[in-house]
Amino acid sequence: MSVDTVVERPTLAVWKFASCDGCQLSLLDLEPELLAITRAVRIAHFTEMTRAHVEGPYDISLVEGSITTDDDVARILEVRAQSRYLVTIGACAATGGIQALRNFVEPGAFPAMVYAHPDYLRALDTSTPVSAHVAVDYELRGCPIDRFQLLEVLLALLAHRRPIVATHSVCQECKARGTVCLAVSGESACLGPVTRAGCNALCPSIGRGCFGCFGPSEGANVTSLMQWLRSHGHDEVTLARSLQTFNAAAPAFRDAATNLGATKVTIGTTAHSRKDES
Amino acid sequence: MTHGTNRNRTVSAEGVARVEGEGSLRVVVHDGTVSEVSLDIFEPPRYFEAMLIGRHYSEAPDITARICGICPVAYQLTACAAMEDALGIVVSDRVQVLRRLLYCGEWIQSHALHVYLLHAPDFLKCQDAVELAERQPSVIERGLALKRTGNLIMETVGGRAVHPVNVRVGGFYSAPEPEAIAALTAPLERALDDALATVQWVAGFDFPAVTGAYRFVALRQDGRYAIDSGRPGSSDGLDVTPQRFAELSVEEHVARSTALHARLDGRSYLTGPLARYALSGSLLPEVVRDAARKAGLGETCANPFQSIVVRALEIAFACHEALRLVAQYEPPVPAADLGITRAGVGTGVTEAPRGLLLHQYEIDGDGNIVRARITPPTSQNQLTIEEDLRRVVEGGLELDDDDLQWRCEQAVRNHDPCISCAAHFLDVVVEHA
Repeated sequence: MSVDTVVERPTLAVWKFASCDGCQLSLLDLEPELLAITRAVRIAHFTEMTRAHVEGPYDISLVEGSITTDDDVARILEVRAQSRYLVTIGACAATGGIQALRNFVEPGAFPAMVYAHPDYLRALDTSTPVSAHVAVDYELRGCPIDRFQLLEVLLALLAHRRPIVATHSVCQECKARGTVCLAVSGESACLGPVTRAGCNALCPSIGRGCFGCFGPSEGANVTSLMQWLRSHGHDEVTLARSLQTFNAAAPAFRDAATNLGATKVTIGTTAHSRKDES
Repeated sequence: MTHGTNRNRTVSAEGVARVEGEGSLRVVVHDGTVSEVSLDIFEPPRYFEAMLIGRHYSEAPDITARICGICPVAYQLTACAAMEDALGIVVSDRVQVLRRLLYCGEWIQSHALHVYLLHAPDFLKCQDAVELAERQPSVIERGLALKRTGNLIMETVGGRAVHPVNVRVGGFYSAPEPEAIAALTAPLERALDDALATVQWVAGFDFPAVTGAYRFVALRQDGRYAIDSGRPGSSDGLDVTPQRFAELSVEEHVARSTALHARLDGRSYLTGPLARYALSGSLLPEVVRDAARKAGLGETCANPFQSIVVRALEIAFACHEALRLVAQYEPPVPAADLGITRAGVGTGVTEAPRGLLLHQYEIDGDGNIVRARITPPTSQNQLTIEEDLRRVVEGGLELDDDDLQWRCEQAVRNHDPCISCAAHFLDVVVEHA
C-alpha cells in the first residue's frame, strides 16, 4: 500500500508533561517498525519529532509525564477532550514519577534547595499522575516503558481490541527465563515479588535485585514483603529508599514506605531539617 | 510566529520542535538590529539536586539517569566518576573499557537521532523525518539502522537502551559474556560504513554562512578523543582540574531567564561536538580525519549549522572506537557493594553527546549525599545559543517571516539542546511584542 492511498489513517498525538523524554523516545527506538507505524497512523502532534501540528481531535494520544503546574492541569483537560483514546506512557504519568518525592516534604522545601529565587517558579507543590486529573483509557507502566509493550498497545488500539500486557509480578518472568531467585538466595532486597512485569526480569538476570521501576503489580502486598526482607537482614532505611524512587507515590509503595517509618528516614525530611539548621 | 516589517519585527516560536524538552524562542528586531533575544525553557522544574539530598551515594547513578532519557549513560557514568572521586576508588582498566564502550553506544544512538530525525529535515525543508523518508527512504533507513546499533551496544552492556540497569559505582553489576560483546563487531563494521556515508551526505547540505566567535570548552585526555573522562580545557588556554572547573563555572539564576545560565570567568562558552572537534580533532582516527577533509572541514569548525557534519564525524569515531574496545574486551570482575564510607567531596566530568557534563557531590561519613550539583551541557550552552540566534537574525533580515522563524529554530537545533537535561528549570511566561 503506498503512502498516497492511506488518507484515512488514524491520528496519533504525543504529549509531554514533567518527564525525561525517555518514554516518548521509546517510540523512536522502535527503529525497524517506526516507518511502518508512520504509515499506519498519521503523526498529528509530536513536538520531539516534527514541526508540523494538526489540530485535534485525535484518535490516540500518548501522554508522557506527570502534572506539576497549573498550566499542565488545564492542558491535560484539553488533551483529554481532544482524544478518543488517552494512553499514558511511563511511571511519571502513571504514578507521578520520581519528581513526586516533593509530595513527601513540606511545600516549598525542594524549590528553596535548588533555586536562589524560588518565587520565580510557578510549579505546584505536588507531582500527580494523569489519572488524578482525567479519565485514562490505558496506563503503560515502566521507567522507562518497554518499547514492545508500546507497540502492542498501538496495535491493539488500531484493531480495537484490549492490549495484551501482563499485570502480574516480575517473579513470573524470572521463573519463565530460569533466573535463580535473588530474594530467596538473600543476596539483595529484590522488589520483584511486588513489581509489575514488563521488563522480562531484566535486573535479576544480571544479578541485581529488582528496583521496582515498573511500579506495584496488581494486588501486591508490599508491607508483607518488607517484613520478610527485614527479617532477612535488610535494614529499614535501605528498604524505604528502595520504595521511594520512580514510583514513590504509587499507593502500594507509598503506604509500605510509611509503614517502614519512611518519614523519619528518607530524603525530604532529612533535607528539610538540614536546611532549617543552616 | 513572526510579525512586523523586516526592520522591526518579533520572531517567536512557542514549542520549538525536534528538541528534547519544552522550550520557546523569541527575538525582537528594532531598526534592523536585534534588541532582544531569548531561548526560554518552560519545562516544569523537577528539583533533582533536592531529591538527591539524604540518598545513599550508590543511588545517584539511577536517580540522575532520570534527568534525561536521551543520554542516561552520561548521567550514570558522571555520577559514578564523582562518587568514585569522593570515595577514592580507582576502577580497573577492564571497567574503563566497558564504560567507554557503553558511552560509545549512547553517542551513536543520540547523534543518529539528532542527525537523521531532528536536524537533517531542516536542511531539506522537511517538517520531519517522516516526510524525508517519503522522499529518501533508504537514507532514513540507514539512520535508523545506525541508531539501532547504538541502542544494541547499550542493551548488550547496560541491559536496556533507556535508563540502563547494569551501571553502579565501582563498575558493573554483571560483566557481559565475551561472545555477546564480540557479536557487536559485525553491526559496528556496517555502522562505521554507514556513518562515513552519513558524513558525505550531510556535507553536501547548503549551510547558511554564519561564523560564531566561540569560546570552546571540552575535556581533553592524553592521546584520546575524550568521552568518559579527561581534563577541562578551552580554546583560549584553560587547562584545569575538574574541581577547579567546578569553581570557575558559575550558574546564575536570572529573573527573565528560564534555566540557570552557566558562565566561565564571567563569560559565555560552548561545549559539545564543535568544541570537542576544535580541541581534540587531531586525535581522531585517520579514517575519520580523512572524512573530515573530504567534507571540507578544517581543524576547527565555527559555523554552527555545520555541527551536523561534526556530529556525523563523531558517530564514525564512536563506531571506530567501539570496534577497538570490542576487540580488547575482557570481562571485568562484577562490582560488589563497596562497603566504603568516608566523608568527602567528589567531582566527575564526562562528555555527554551534547557536551560537558559536571556532577559534584558531598557525602557524609554514612555515605549519604549532603550536597549535589549537576551542570548539564544545555545550561552551559544556553548563552551561546542566544548569541547564535542574534547572529542568525542579523544576517537573515532579508528572509521572509516563515523562513526567518525556521532558520531561528534551526539555529537552536544546531546545538541539540536537551531541555529535559537542563536540570534547573523555571516556568516562564512568554511575552509577545
